[in-house]
Amino acid sequence: MSELVAAEDVLLFVNAAVTATGQREFRSSAGEQRLSLAFLHAYVRVNYRQVYAASLALDINDHNAALIVEHLLRTPAEAGPGEGRLIAARLALLPPQRVYRLFRALRAAKVNNRRTRAIVREWIAARPDPALDAVKYRPGVKTALRHVHGPAADPETGDFLFAPRRRVRYGSPLLDAYRRAHYEQAALYELPFTVAEGFAAKHGVPRALFLERIAPRMTRFERLRTERTAGNTKDWSAVPLTRLAVYVLSLPFAERVARRGELTGALRAAARRAAGPHAGSWGRVAAVLDDSFSSSGSAVKRRRPLAVALGCHFLLEALAAPGAYTPLWTSGGDDPLLVRPYGPTPLGLRVLDALETGPERLVIVSDGWDNAPPGLAGEVLRVWRTRLDPERRTSVVHLNPVYDAGGFDVRRLAPGVPTAGVRDAEDLPALVEIAQFAEGRTGFGELRDYLDRRVEAFLKGAGG
Amino acid sequence: MTRIDLGGLDARPAQVWGGVRLVPLVRSEPVAGLRLRREVYEGAGTASVELGDRTAYTSYVPHGFVADWSGSRQDGESAAYGTLLGDRTDGPPPCVPVRRVHRPAKRRRGERRLRFLPLHLALEGYLALHFGGPSVVWDDWSREAVRRGLSPRAEAAYAGWDVPGLGEALRVFELHPGQCGTLLYVADALAAAFVVPHPEDYRVLHPTLVEDLYGELVHQYAHYGAPVPEFTARIRDGAGGVRTLTDLRAAALGQERAWAAAHDGLMARDLLETSYSFERVYRAGEFDLYRFLPPFRRDGREQHIGELITDHKGRAAYLKTFRLSEKQVRKGYLLHRLADHDWHLGRTAEALGTTYPELVRRIGAAGLGGLLDAHVVARKAKGAREG
Repeated sequence: MSELVAAEDVLLFVNAAVTATGQREFRSSAGEQRLSLAFLHAYVRVNYRQVYAASLALDINDHNAALIVEHLLRTPAEAGPGEGRLIAARLALLPPQRVYRLFRALRAAKVNNRRTRAIVREWIAARPDPALDAVKYRPGVKTALRHVHGPAADPETGDFLFAPRRRVRYGSPLLDAYRRAHYEQAALYELPFTVAEGFAAKHGVPRALFLERIAPRMTRFERLRTERTAGNTKDWSAVPLTRLAVYVLSLPFAERVARRGELTGALRAAARRAAGPHAGSWGRVAAVLDDSFSSSGSAVKRRRPLAVALGCHFLLEALAAPGAYTPLWTSGGDDPLLVRPYGPTPLGLRVLDALETGPERLVIVSDGWDNAPPGLAGEVLRVWRTRLDPERRTSVVHLNPVYDAGGFDVRRLAPGVPTAGVRDAEDLPALVEIAQFAEGRTGFGELRDYLDRRVEAFLKGAGG
Repeated sequence: MTRIDLGGLDARPAQVWGGVRLVPLVRSEPVAGLRLRREVYEGAGTASVELGDRTAYTSYVPHGFVADWSGSRQDGESAAYGTLLGDRTDGPPPCVPVRRVHRPAKRRRGERRLRFLPLHLALEGYLALHFGGPSVVWDDWSREAVRRGLSPRAEAAYAGWDVPGLGEALRVFELHPGQCGTLLYVADALAAAFVVPHPEDYRVLHPTLVEDLYGELVHQYAHYGAPVPEFTARIRDGAGGVRTLTDLRAAALGQERAWAAAHDGLMARDLLETSYSFERVYRAGEFDLYRFLPPFRRDGREQHIGELITDHKGRAAYLKTFRLSEKQVRKGYLLHRLADHDWHLGRTAEALGTTYPELVRRIGAAGLGGLLDAHVVARKAKGAREG
């Protein structure tokens, strides 16, 4: 019994760590989300320390990865073996701004044990371009170095950070460009985009001109973000599926129609990349995708649930055997490019429609608030499983992009339906695998074996 | 006409948020020839309405509604005023900023539309109940009451955003396609009914529910009531129940029908089966604007006041109600009984099966004690005690 409870707790935490970002959601405020998440982290850390550390190897989101690292470093007395390697490997994957923010949090919490100092120093030493970090994340680098009493990468960077008036000019071109950009407009375009933006405002450079000239210095997400104002043509090959879906949903309908071929092509290509070797291997697939009003997310997560559903639509299309995929939107629409978050969630009837096509796999992407009528989807799935399909010819998985703060988990449709949290549509194959543990029939031992395998693969990938 | 007819409107499954339950009402096709839109007034929501004869009606007015019955006749007149029929691709309708509002229901000259302030007709109807005061000058009544009637009467109400949880419930509510109305329950007591002629109107006017007035009862229920449960679907799949997918679908659809029937017969029964006294305020084409008052019976049923626009068949095209609290019902009941017996306290007490001092106490408890002549009442009460 306790084994089952443990397995349930761990899955619940993994679901939360994949979906929750501490931001406002459609039905709960940022405060509620953070409070709920903080409790969950403390609970799992105290009761299942090893699993807590091991979840760093899973596809959890960056917000939770940083939180886990912080919690682990704050409680060094209970540390288990191998934690340090996991933390280092995960920090290497996190975006630098998040890591610097984590270091700042550690400093604010006065966590300065030996392990923390070693990890911070190691991470900073591994940064590929110290001068770039010093320019782009200047306050973060300063705080981190001060906190661990570490030396800067070289004397010049040290002076740049802590005694900027000591030198008249710098040998490193980037540091020197930062110095010159204070009074010289041309030097602006040698700096990273975020830093140059401030200087451009200071010099009064017109936005369009600035965006055009800084384009080569932008990262790919910065390019995607400014694409509409800059109007430059886009190379879609590097953009992940869910980001692309968010971008498509941000366009007005007229533009989506006008660029239909280009956008559909880009989404299909991204889905094929995400599917990789699994493409076409899933047989007959039916999907119930939620485009009800609640999929509009919140002001900080605009249309995120809908974007995940749209990403899943294209990914499932790639995963299914050619021509054997049936998408069913809750609104009844059939044009994925023109979806909009509107209307109620008649999930039960859509699940029935999907089951009528006789699929091998049924994937439901929804926030779990089934309201027209409430609870019908759960009933339909329960009756289907107990009366009509006891041999399990159809496997059903529910993917939920929204963390339910009140329930400390993603909201479930029915107890018998495995539910997994999802943040990025491209993680779908891995999530379907982990969701199978959520049916309540596998014990903690199997789950731990699975986690060990994932940790091993993760560390091998990080080392190699 | 004695009842509210919600013909053409079907109840869809309710959505619950905390203690608030919202039941969407869906029309299969909109009412032809009538549109409502919102008119936003300048200022912080207070408005003064001139009633003529140098009296002013000052009130909290978050917005007004404009009823437009220019119909599908695309004649020059309605086009000139930018009729709201047809597709609305040209953005929101132009708002007419009005600082001073004339009459709670008013038709601007030459226009085929009527502006009225939501719920004000209904509230006015309730507040003005037997406004004239005693019709026979019994000596129990003070001179003030005889000369000036029951003025000033006052009733307290809460704005929607003071009702805990209501704003959030309205925000997360998912509108149904074709939805033209909502029944709003707080702690499973019907707090308000709101119906408009066209789904597009409803989409625009849905947020105005949070700006409306709600009685004391609604506020208290929302404050102290626990979250209400959802009526989740249950499919009976016992022996021989569900064999195929078709059976399952039939059972699922049956659940939806069962909910609609249960709702109309159980939850909205008091609203739909009470017989009201209607008063026609305005007639426009084939539409009639009424206000209505409940029978003020003291049998524990819900009592609503409200306003209604009906089409030529008597079906509701627009409906807005206000739930009276128990105290307000008692007051209305008392006034009716007094009026029935020509404001004679002794005869009224007899008809109510009570005594003279008890009736005086009741009048005092209803907040109308100031209208009695204290000396006369004290003398009579003493006489009743000693006799």
